[in-house]
Amino acid sequence: MDSDLSSQDRKDLDKFIKFFALKTVQIIVQARLGEKISTCSSSSPTGSDWFNLAIKDIPEVTHESKKALAGQLPGIGRSMCVEISLKTSEGDSMELETWCLEMNEKCDKDIKVSYTVYNRLSLLLKSLLAITRVTPAYKLSRKQGHDYVILYRIYFGDVQLTGLGEGFQSVRVGVVGTPIGTITLSCAYRTNLALMSSRQFERTGPIMGIIIDHFVERPFTNMAHMHPCSYRTPGEDEGGTYAGIEDSQEVCTTSFSTSPPSQVMPSLSGEMHSDVLCMCGTQVTTTSLDLPFAAFTPRANDLEVNDPMVHPPPSPAPSSPLQGSLHSNSSSHSGGQPQDDFVMVDFKPAFSKDDLLPMDLGTFYREFQNPPQLASLSIDVSAQSMAEDLDSLPEKLAIYEKNIDEFDAFVDTLQ
Amino acid sequence: MNCRSEVLEVSVEGRQVEEAMLAVLHTILLHRSTGKFHYKKEGTYSIGTVGTQDVDCDFIDFTFVRVSSDELDRVIRKAVAEFKDALGNSGSDGMGQISLEFYQKKKSRWPFSDECIPWEVWSIKVNVVNLANEQERQICREKVGEKLGEKVINIVEVINRHDYLPKMPTQSEVDNVFDTSLKDVQPYLYKITYQITDSLGTSVSTTMRRLIKDTLAL
Repeated sequence: MDSDLSSQDRKDLDKFIKFFALKTVQIIVQARLGEKISTCSSSSPTGSDWFNLAIKDIPEVTHESKKALAGQLPGIGRSMCVEISLKTSEGDSMELETWCLEMNEKCDKDIKVSYTVYNRLSLLLKSLLAITRVTPAYKLSRKQGHDYVILYRIYFGDVQLTGLGEGFQSVRVGVVGTPIGTITLSCAYRTNLALMSSRQFERTGPIMGIIIDHFVERPFTNMAHMHPCSYRTPGEDEGGTYAGIEDSQEVCTTSFSTSPPSQVMPSLSGEMHSDVLCMCGTQVTTTSLDLPFAAFTPRANDLEVNDPMVHPPPSPAPSSPLQGSLHSNSSSHSGGQPQDDFVMVDFKPAFSKDDLLPMDLGTFYREFQNPPQLASLSIDVSAQSMAEDLDSLPEKLAIYEKNIDEFDAFVDTLQ
Repeated sequence: MNCRSEVLEVSVEGRQVEEAMLAVLHTILLHRSTGKFHYKKEGTYSIGTVGTQDVDCDFIDFTFVRVSSDELDRVIRKAVAEFKDALGNSGSDGMGQISLEFYQKKKSRWPFSDECIPWEVWSIKVNVVNLANEQERQICREKVGEKLGEKVINIVEVINRHDYLPKMPTQSEVDNVFDTSLKDVQPYLYKITYQITDSLGTSVSTTMRRLIKDTLAL
């Protein structure tokens, strides 16, 4: 006598496992769509929300899940896996993570199916919601679009983790014991994503080269089974009706309710984001604003010391020897002869050839390092004194008054 | 029954305190909230549906999931804001701890008041650090995001041990186990308290505030 499980319990358990698997895939794929997910709480049970959680069903995803399950259920030796990978606009792809729904032989015979198992499966789905936002692929999926897209693939059978590269990490989402085995949900994720993102900002080498490092040989036939984590409004998809819609008759009964389920599974409209991810655009190369030869330009503080604009030379008063030397230093001139006060350092910039060209880099820098003094700012000792300036003012004013019409006309042209 | 106690520690910058606390508290409450119970005449009950939503943090590279209940979010934000203010007033090297305690009420006979028996306590120790420049802040954004990810994994591990949970109550007992004051979700009865310690580790400003979520007055 099978005292372990009544037939009703067994039927219930099978249904729970089936819908748990479907909801698991929905949560994972929706978490990789690249947008924030939001669903509403509802205090009145409609009898259609499995595990008392509001998780939308994307028909395409349900269809793929059922196709992968092919009428079977996840069980001992039959794991259901959701593989998430990244595909660049160049066409290269890389596996990011694999979510595994497995069952082992450890049975919990005493557990109550319709109560404890159901509630624990609900809890496990909540944990899955939390953990899907924590693995590295989440951040990548939020930024998908021009440079890369995120794809998913569902398969049934043995877990394949070789595509995740060396050093992949594993996180266990949770376990639920049942009378027929223990359900475990876990995620194995690639860890050397960080290497990829820092390399993205190197100037050298396109990202394609780097992808190949991580890229274990992937039979390209597999790509046929990859699906973008995006939702297209119905009509764009092949067919239009999915097996999922027929199955919507199979409604979940919320725990402990004795009243029959009143509504079918809510039909899914195109209310979800329908971004078609475009695979175009160039890779991100560099965000640095390095100037070429930045290392060889004079430093800012050096420039400041000699810059007459920053340190305007004092007005020409009887000059002390100190001022005299200051003036001569700041009034540098083109074709710059270095003053006796300064020691000439032979400026040898890298990659320049000495004296082979009429204007090599060093000469260029020397000539243009200190631009010529503006005539209006030149303060040779022979320049007019302040007093003389003031004397000439009335003359100047008289001239300007005479030409006032000219000035007015000029102002008019500006307006 | 022994009370389960879990301690989580985070080091954050001042402006990250609020979001880090919200992320942890909401992650715990996500697992400790159910839909509203609706009792039927036959003594059975059905459970409402819990919605969820993603919340992006502004000062941390992190996204967390919370239950879709604005009422609950308001209560948690209020508690976290008070904690953050208290932490800010304690001085620049402030350390503090915020605790989320789940409890059951046990009715006592008059004149004794009901007993509150905790069955799970989460303590989050916070250490506020000061950063010197924008570069450090950027690194802190990412690091704290990773740390919070680890905390979420820790929380999920604990939840998943399926240790003691209060028995599902009958209709008359539901308010001894659950907070039924919210209209859309039903968390287990909980309390949020906090303590601030100064940089020397002594409880100088021992501000113990209790926010009791129990609307069923006797």
